[in-house]
Amino acid sequence: MSIANILLVDDEVPFVEAMTRRLTKRELSIQAAYSGEEALQKLAKSETIEVVILDIKMPGMDGMETLKEIRRRFPLVEVIMLTGHATVETGIEGMKQGAFDYLMKPCDIEELVSKVQTAAKKKRDHEEKIVQARVKEITGRRT
Amino acid sequence: MWRKSVRAPYYKHLIRNMIVTIIGVSFVPVFLVSVTIYSTFVKAYHEKVRAQLMALVENHKRQIDAFLNARMADILFLSETYTYDQLSNEAFLQAKLLSLKNNYGGIFVDLGVVNAEGSQVSYAGPFRLSQANYADAHWFQNVMKNQVVVSDVFLGLRGFPHFIVAVKRFQGDRPWVLRATIDFIAFNNLVENIHIGKTGYAIILNKNGEMQTKVRSNYQPPAGCYGQFIDCTKPITREVNIEERLDEDGVPTIVVTALLKNREWLLVFQQKLDDALADQRRAQIISLFIFAVGGLCIVAMSLLLSIRMVNRIAEADEEKALMNKQVIESGKLASLGELAAGVAHEINNPVAIMVEEAGWIEDILTEPEFKENPHMAELARALKQINTQGKRCKEITTKLLSFARGSGTAIRDLQINEIIEEVVTLSSQRAKYANVEMISCLQADLPTIKASETEMHQVFLNLVNNAIYAMEKSGGRIEFKSQRQDGHIMVEVADTGPGIPEAIIHRIFDPFFTTKPVGQGTGLGLSICYGIIRKMNGDIQVESVVGQGTRFIISLPVTGVEAGKSGKSS
Repeated sequence: MSIANILLVDDEVPFVEAMTRRLTKRELSIQAAYSGEEALQKLAKSETIEVVILDIKMPGMDGMETLKEIRRRFPLVEVIMLTGHATVETGIEGMKQGAFDYLMKPCDIEELVSKVQTAAKKKRDHEEKIVQARVKEITGRRT
Repeated sequence: MWRKSVRAPYYKHLIRNMIVTIIGVSFVPVFLVSVTIYSTFVKAYHEKVRAQLMALVENHKRQIDAFLNARMADILFLSETYTYDQLSNEAFLQAKLLSLKNNYGGIFVDLGVVNAEGSQVSYAGPFRLSQANYADAHWFQNVMKNQVVVSDVFLGLRGFPHFIVAVKRFQGDRPWVLRATIDFIAFNNLVENIHIGKTGYAIILNKNGEMQTKVRSNYQPPAGCYGQFIDCTKPITREVNIEERLDEDGVPTIVVTALLKNREWLLVFQQKLDDALADQRRAQIISLFIFAVGGLCIVAMSLLLSIRMVNRIAEADEEKALMNKQVIESGKLASLGELAAGVAHEINNPVAIMVEEAGWIEDILTEPEFKENPHMAELARALKQINTQGKRCKEITTKLLSFARGSGTAIRDLQINEIIEEVVTLSSQRAKYANVEMISCLQADLPTIKASETEMHQVFLNLVNNAIYAMEKSGGRIEFKSQRQDGHIMVEVADTGPGIPEAIIHRIFDPFFTTKPVGQGTGLGLSICYGIIRKMNGDIQVESVVGQGTRFIISLPVTGVEAGKSGKSS
């Protein structure tokens, strides 16, 4: 099993390809999307995606909008923002909208992997808590 | 002052134009009005003087004519009242002369009765002329022809200027003549009374231009018809005439002539034009004086006004130029900011891809089959270099972005002294290696300012870094100074480095301007500082003396309250 299931969203195809190769080599399972809309479709199809790596600046639906949409429709999925021209403000803005963290391009691959891991872990913990809550509810009902 | 500025010729030109305009606009109407009024006045005054003189002369003409007629009438009366025989009696004649003298004062000098042959039959008077013969005398010949005659002035037998009034009578068929001599002096008074001003005087001439009166100076009128005062070639239409001509000395003169005694005599009044128009001259002088004084006032005012005006304009221009400079500066920085943001984004993406691809190669190289490759070390070095250079690109774009829009940290109330102390601490290690001493002389109890902490750090770190870089070889001193100055906090950062040459000092705040070797500086440090300070409505200035050092003076507006009352240096 891979460390985490990731959806990589960026309009720069070569970047997505390079990242996919590198992250795959680090035992991450990668799906790619080249726009915000595509990302949302893929998220809808595949329930296994745990972390979305999202570029902020994209043509059409940009990173911020996509982020809001993801948070609305898939609240459990963690998002790491990736920007070409990050400022502290855009990072803060993203995190206020519910992003897990942000990184600036070009980023250190190890740093990214560790952030993805933390994010995935958070998501899994989160899901576990939900499962436990459900279990508790069910067992509670029985007694 | 504008006099020293490069635009001095322009301002001088402006002053000149204004003076010319003011003087022109004020003088032309004044001049026109003055000339109009003056010429009208001159003409009117001239007319008035002429009319006055004409009236005067006409009056005198009448007076003289009346005098002569009256004398004639006297004699006529005498001759009609008494017979030849009565008058031939010298005692009787003497009595008549006495009564005439009693009636008319000393006008009649003597009386005489002359027979047809011209010999004087009887005579009453002061001279011994009893047996005088007038047969050849001009008046006698005239009276024989004309009944009544008033002679010209002549010396006669007595050798004394006089003239004669004579009447012809008949005793039966024999004509006889009663003649009276008129006192020349009494007659002369009639004319001599006419003097006006300094030069106006009257004379009487006969038809031949001989003087009939005496004048003050020994004036001799030109010979000829009426002394050439009247043009005899044309028919004489007017009894009284006025004209202006040059007299014998070439001085313009008013001449009024009036014909007397049935055109036998001519009364001539002459007055120098200057004298006749003396009042006009006076008015002329007064108005000229007023005009000159007024003109001087206008000139002085125009000068004063123009210079004052141009001073104001120059001041305004200077302010405008300064504003323009600031606007251009900030506009330049703003557009550069836009550009920088775009460049940063566009460059970051490809650089990211390059770095990732290099990373991918690195990843591949970790596979076991490459372990034995002899070029492995070299490849690893090359990939590391790509990575390093990618990071450098990122650094530049980050700086560009922070220049473009600031690093975006929160703005809060800050104590500038704390920031300076922090920067000093942060830089102390580097400064020690460069043998640079850092001294701070900060005024305590400064009021707070509203600023972003990171931005302030950035500003002072940039300045300190530049200073340390400049003094890396020689060592030196960096001095921080903070103090309050009417509503502003002034912070000085001064170094003892090599200074900034005059030629480049105005460019140091321009983005990408750097004196560092390629690859060592981005040329953004000071432009970021400038951007930050300007954004806070502050000001940053630089003073530098080559070989002595550079001083940056930052002025920041005070926004917070004062921390204490009195300022002390620490």
